Amino acid sequence: MKGTYLGEFEEVVLLAVAIRSGDAYGAAVTSEIEQQMGRSVNLGAVHSALHRLEEKGLVNSQMGGATAERGGRRKRLYSVTIAGKRALEEIHQLRNQMWESIPKTAWS
Amino acid sequence: MATPHLPRPPHWATRLLHGFCADHLVEEMEGDLEELFHQRVQIMGEKQARIRYVLDVLSLIRLFVLKQKVTEYSLLPNSIMLRNYAMIAFRNLVRQKGYAFINIAGLAVGMTVAMLIGLWVYDELSFNQYHQNYNHIARVMNQVTDEQELHTGNSLQYPLAIELKNAYGDQFTHLLKASWTQSYILSHGDAKVSKIGIYIEDGAPEMLTLKMLRGTWAGLRDPHAIMLSESTAKALFGDKEPLNQFVKINASIDVKVTGVYEDLPQNTEFHEIQFFAPFDLWVSMNDWIEKRAVNDWNNHFLRVYAQIKPNTSFEKVSNTIKDTELNKIKDLEGLQEQVAHHPQIFLHPMSQWHLYGSFEKGLPEKGPIQMVWLVGIIGGFVLLLACINFMNLSTARSEKRAREVGIRKTLGSLREQLISQFLGESYLVVLFAFCLSLLLTQLSLPWFNLIANKDMHMLWANPWFWLTSVVFIGLTGLLAGSYPALYLSSFHPVKVLKGTLHIGRSASTPRRLLVVLQFTVSVTLIICTIVVYQQIQFAKNRPVGYDRKGLITMEMKSSDFYGKYDLLRTALQKTGVVTEMSESMGKVTEVASGNGGFSWKGQTQNKDKDFGTLTVTPEHGKTVGWQFVAGRDFSRELASDSSGMVINEAAARYMGLKNPVGELVSWTWSQSQKIKQYRILGVIKDMVMDSPYEPIKPTLFYIQGFNGSVSWINIRLNPRVSTSQALSKIEAVFKKLIPTAPFDYQFVDQDYAKKFAEEERIGKLASVFALLAIFISCLGLFGLASFVAEQRTKEIGIRKVLGATILNIWQLLSKDFVLLITLSFVISTPIAWYFLNNWLQTYEYRTHISWWIFAVTGAGALVITLLTVSFQSIKVALMNPVKSLRNE
Repeated sequence: MKGTYLGEFEEVVLLAVAIRSGDAYGAAVTSEIEQQMGRSVNLGAVHSALHRLEEKGLVNSQMGGATAERGGRRKRLYSVTIAGKRALEEIHQLRNQMWESIPKTAWS
Repeated sequence: MATPHLPRPPHWATRLLHGFCADHLVEEMEGDLEELFHQRVQIMGEKQARIRYVLDVLSLIRLFVLKQKVTEYSLLPNSIMLRNYAMIAFRNLVRQKGYAFINIAGLAVGMTVAMLIGLWVYDELSFNQYHQNYNHIARVMNQVTDEQELHTGNSLQYPLAIELKNAYGDQFTHLLKASWTQSYILSHGDAKVSKIGIYIEDGAPEMLTLKMLRGTWAGLRDPHAIMLSESTAKALFGDKEPLNQFVKINASIDVKVTGVYEDLPQNTEFHEIQFFAPFDLWVSMNDWIEKRAVNDWNNHFLRVYAQIKPNTSFEKVSNTIKDTELNKIKDLEGLQEQVAHHPQIFLHPMSQWHLYGSFEKGLPEKGPIQMVWLVGIIGGFVLLLACINFMNLSTARSEKRAREVGIRKTLGSLREQLISQFLGESYLVVLFAFCLSLLLTQLSLPWFNLIANKDMHMLWANPWFWLTSVVFIGLTGLLAGSYPALYLSSFHPVKVLKGTLHIGRSASTPRRLLVVLQFTVSVTLIICTIVVYQQIQFAKNRPVGYDRKGLITMEMKSSDFYGKYDLLRTALQKTGVVTEMSESMGKVTEVASGNGGFSWKGQTQNKDKDFGTLTVTPEHGKTVGWQFVAGRDFSRELASDSSGMVINEAAARYMGLKNPVGELVSWTWSQSQKIKQYRILGVIKDMVMDSPYEPIKPTLFYIQGFNGSVSWINIRLNPRVSTSQALSKIEAVFKKLIPTAPFDYQFVDQDYAKKFAEEERIGKLASVFALLAIFISCLGLFGLASFVAEQRTKEIGIRKVLGATILNIWQLLSKDFVLLITLSFVISTPIAWYFLNNWLQTYEYRTHISWWIFAVTGAGALVITLLTVSFQSIKVALMNPVKSLRNE
């Protein structure tokens, strides 16, 4: 399934959307990633990743209500779709599986 | 609402975002940006937050620009097909790098030449258009009939100018009396410069629409004013404010600076003029005008410039004023000779000053405009050569693509689609070459300006330039692309793919014709270049009759120079760096004055006109080094030599005297009927003083005459002293004796070399264009030869297997081309001979066109052709036949 291949940054963004579930928009996702990973991220990069994820059907979005902290501007809220959830689980499982396959002697 | 203490993101970045971002997304993005900004202000401070804000905006812009491109593509119909065409075109160029290079470079060079020449022609044709009243300005000229010949001039009499103003003033917006232009010394404090200026009535700045940097157009109303060009003001005052400062003219008259104007560009008639001063000042400086000239209908000395009213035309006004002089003088006593000359007055429009400026027998001379035509034609031809190349190569290569056409047709391409594909490809290449040529033109323009002695710029803002370019690109692309487009698209796909299509010999006939045309042009250009150079060399080798090396000369510009001859001479000789000095009327390199009225023993009727008549000091011969054929030089010791005369060989011949030395000549001065008697002391070898292409003018030298006094100083440097050392010592002498004038000298040999400047310029330009023409032709030939060689690879392989030697194959491949070149040589020879013969007829002193020029050019063209072709043919001939036959 070539279509659901996730790049490393896309995976991070998708995870951040899941973490901020219900309140996941560009700025929130950006600051979430910055806090979690301790590195600075461009807003443009985040948006382009969100667009790609949406094209792949891993997230969907809708315009939310206006808030005072943004000068009354509305925000686009993203949420993880079923397919997105499955993709994350798959990756998680794959990683676990690989972790467990490491022989004990590898660390000694 | 934001309080002043609240940090704000950079405003310009937000604006940038609005410029790039689609409307429906801007709200969301801006919101995100602002929220992050405020968060970051808390965490890392305002400065960092601002930097991050800008970076975020930039990253978003990149995102949207990329996004937009994708949507743009999908907007075009057939985008996939277009992309395919572009890709194929690009691949074809890349795969055949050599051809692509020849094609593009050749065309670009041709276009560059055409552009440079176009700029030159434009510059010539737009002469004087800097003046906004260009279409209404004229100079008043007169024409007289003398011995059945029309003579035209722009020197008018003072009473005529007055009469024009009184009788017809209502026809003109401006009618301005002016002096002739001349060099003057301007000084302010210690700064002294020598500048050419004109004295003209006060309407001039307005008429010429000078661009004033300081002061106004009214600056000449004050009779003691002067208006300076920007560069003159700079030379005199540096960075000081020039306005209302005082300047001395020729160290004697104080005038106030009332204006500074932008330097006139080089393509204006008045560009040499560096200052304007009031006409009345000139009259007061030259008291002879008031005393003698104001009512004298015989004294032609004024220039008159006019601007006609906008509602009339030059023809109408010319018609009105033509008999002004005649009507006025026909009843006056003592002017019947002038009446018989039937003087006519007319206006010479500014648009004709440059290209139709000099008159011969009443008609404008055709030389300058012919030159413009000639250069234009050469440019056209070079461009044509490049186009021919381009067509030749692209048609030749296109046959290689017959298969592609077959496949495309089978897959359903319509003929129209194929046509547009091939045309598109050729436009792509033409466009590329055009961009390259813009670059090349820009780069070579300074150098071209140097050769052409002009100040041209690219006409980036001129709509005509772009219009011509577009038309040209359209034509070339169409011409070069139409053959492959129409011919290839007509192929039958089955035949092409089966491989039974034979492109016959007839297809290459037009190509051969084009090669012949190309080389005809190139060979003609080369022959012309050689002859131009030969003519220059011929004139340079002409015996000059005096010694130019180590001779300097300077004009006696102010009255301070006069009456100091002996003083100067002894002071200069005392320095040891000067062997001799003299003074003369005019420079050594000109015959400054001519007169008639001479009679001598054995004179035949009507043979008294046209002598050069020059006043000199007794040491003149020793200074310039003239050479005696008979008799002796002037001598200071013999008082009787003041009525002696030295004549040149041309004069002796003209007078028909076998033994001229000792003969008497009498000179009657027509204006006063006074007579002077001279005895011929000696005859000198002819000296080339005027044009080196003209026959020598019969010239008489004497110490005292009627026609004025000496005006130039000539100094012979001591050959044993270095020039720089000599000059500094001479300058010191002049500083002491004539402190008011700058030491402004010329070397006679350099001045003499200037006589060849025009011809050398033509020679240089012609040789550059001839070289480029040959280069372009060779590029084409090279491309064609390699194409032919490639096409015949198999044939050559078989020939080699059957025992052909390398020499055989080389001959086989070269024969065709040699034939073509020979043919073009045969065509170009009579053409070149015809044009050159006509050109040489314009020079009295000229070389003849000898046969070796043609022989050398023919041989040269043949050698170049063989070299070009051999590179390919030898490469093919050396090829291993196994390799060329194996692959199919």
